Amino acid sequence: MDYDIKQTTAWVTGPILLSLVLFGTMPFWIEAVGLYQYLGVEVLIWVIFALGFNLLLGYTGLPSFGHGAFLGIGAYAFGLAQFEVWPNLWFCLAASVVVTALFGAVTALFLSHRRGIYFALMSIAFGQIFYFIASKWTDVTHGEDGLLNIQRLPVELGFAQLSIRDNAELYYLCFAIYAVLVIVLWRLTNSPFGRLLRAIKQNETRVAFVGYPVTLYKWAVFTLSCAIAGLAGGLFAMAQEGAYINVMSLQWSGIVVLMVLIGGGFVSFWGPVLGVALYFVARDVLGAYTDTWLLWFGLMFVVLVMFKPQGLAGIWQDLSRRRAAERPGRTASAGMEG
Amino acid sequence: MALFEARGLHKRFGDQVVLEEINLAFEAGSLSGIMGPNGAGKTTCFNVLTGRYRPDRGSVRFDGDDITGWAPHRIVRRGISRSFQIMNLFDEYSALDNVVVALPSVRSRSFDVLHAIDADSEAQDRAETILDRVGLRGRERVNVRSLSYGERRALEIGVALATDPRLLFVDEPTAGLGTGATARLAELIQELKRHTTIVMIEHDMRFLFGLADRISVIHWGQVIAEGTPDELRENPWVRRSNLGGLA
Ligand SMILES: Nc1ncnc2c1ncn2[C@@H]1O[C@H](COP(=O)(O)OP(=O)(O)O)[C@@H](O)[C@H]1O
Ligand SMILES: [Mg+2]
Repeated sequence: MDYDIKQTTAWVTGPILLSLVLFGTMPFWIEAVGLYQYLGVEVLIWVIFALGFNLLLGYTGLPSFGHGAFLGIGAYAFGLAQFEVWPNLWFCLAASVVVTALFGAVTALFLSHRRGIYFALMSIAFGQIFYFIASKWTDVTHGEDGLLNIQRLPVELGFAQLSIRDNAELYYLCFAIYAVLVIVLWRLTNSPFGRLLRAIKQNETRVAFVGYPVTLYKWAVFTLSCAIAGLAGGLFAMAQEGAYINVMSLQWSGIVVLMVLIGGGFVSFWGPVLGVALYFVARDVLGAYTDTWLLWFGLMFVVLVMFKPQGLAGIWQDLSRRRAAERPGRTASAGMEG
Repeated sequence: MALFEARGLHKRFGDQVVLEEINLAFEAGSLSGIMGPNGAGKTTCFNVLTGRYRPDRGSVRFDGDDITGWAPHRIVRRGISRSFQIMNLFDEYSALDNVVVALPSVRSRSFDVLHAIDADSEAQDRAETILDRVGLRGRERVNVRSLSYGERRALEIGVALATDPRLLFVDEPTAGLGTGATARLAELIQELKRHTTIVMIEHDMRFLFGLADRISVIHWGQVIAEGTPDELRENPWVRRSNLGGLA
């Protein structure tokens, strides 16, 4: 059970194109299937967050269970940059990324020489510390009330200025960011650096014994993952038109783990995307029938872990392998893998 | 002066003293053997020499540097590599990728996030050469989990070699191998010996005595005997521990 063994040299692959087409056309069909524009915004923001998170969990094998804190920090940073410094979209998004990366870099100093359960416990501890600070430091975060009235700042293109007040408009900003990020992350996971991250997951000791300072790479990937969480947080602040503490809670940190595992982040680059989509669809579709939808989602998780720990992507890989086996002469499509 | 020298190494785990007082010296170009009963502290000794554990006392010198307490990756970069008694590979990777990761040229671009490593044909060629050397030609693309036990043992050495060491520590390379595979391994070690200084822990005394220039016997956390294979054949401990027709 693993990502495809062969690394691609391509910048854009079939599945990337497919995802760009699906997400790119979503505002045109999402209402037709009974859903709504804001859902698309949420999905893309969480996809961005989860793709970054999977660098840690799926690729490097680092069980980081307090990651929601960094989404929250990104959202606060966006709001504060907007209110206190300069209400410019690019500036505020950059602030989200840089501030969150700094928090991540400092946290990673304490985490990166730990492994396994100790890493997990420390990541939870840091998540809780940040949650606690955010809830008590009310001058800055406004505590339980949240940081209200964050604006969806217009997109400055130099020659033009685009409004993103409307959900479908905001969606396209998220989509543009997703498109860049997915290509960059695809390349990264198929690069020497990505190859090394997966080696760390498999055998941290041996990585050190072939000459790599493992701690440095764990620190780097943690910081990078936090930077991406910050980016998602900045977008989330605009989506919600506020920054709230709840995403920093242990529960939300757990939900992103759940999403990534259900989707199959351990075996596929696309695991986080599938998992996030499934989560939000389940929330809205199951949620329309029952208030206890999260219970059913949780049960689905349990069943999947018991029967198919590789998640949705794992099921897909099995199917495509079987199909390839039935058609001799063609090798299994590596499309969804990597 | 010896290429590698350990002086007065002492290592304990809790209140169990595993290495009491180890003194070892390895000359450049030689193949040194280490033997001793199970639990004598041989692997622990390797772990201290290669940076996995810091010794409680004593010093380690390599080629003029005091490397005592250095982190493993620094020791590797200085030119020392090791294979493991219990296999320590990248199980989800192919044989080739196990070697590729360990190549210095790949290591030097480990923060490269833009290029595909499979496009680096120089690294691929280098890795294939190493696999060929350890007898894994034709098995490059096979996943480690699908390799036979003997092939994995060979790969264990291939990965250690990939770092391009001047000094190679090998921990019980024949463990679990059949006679055919053991003979091939002996050939490989003969060949490696021409370019690399080697230190080998080995249980199979026929194998060890046939290859080593000098042998040290570790027991009770100390080097209790040291000499050429011929000298050691006369050693009472070596004689007593039945060397299956060595004499
Ligand atoms: N990390 C460790 N923690 C505690 N005890 C250890 C550790 N490593 C080795 N030992 C102990 O040290 C002793 C020597 O082990 P080892 O060096 O593996 O022996 P050998 O390789 O000579 O068979 C054993 O009693 C073992 O239990
Ligand atoms: Mg041993």
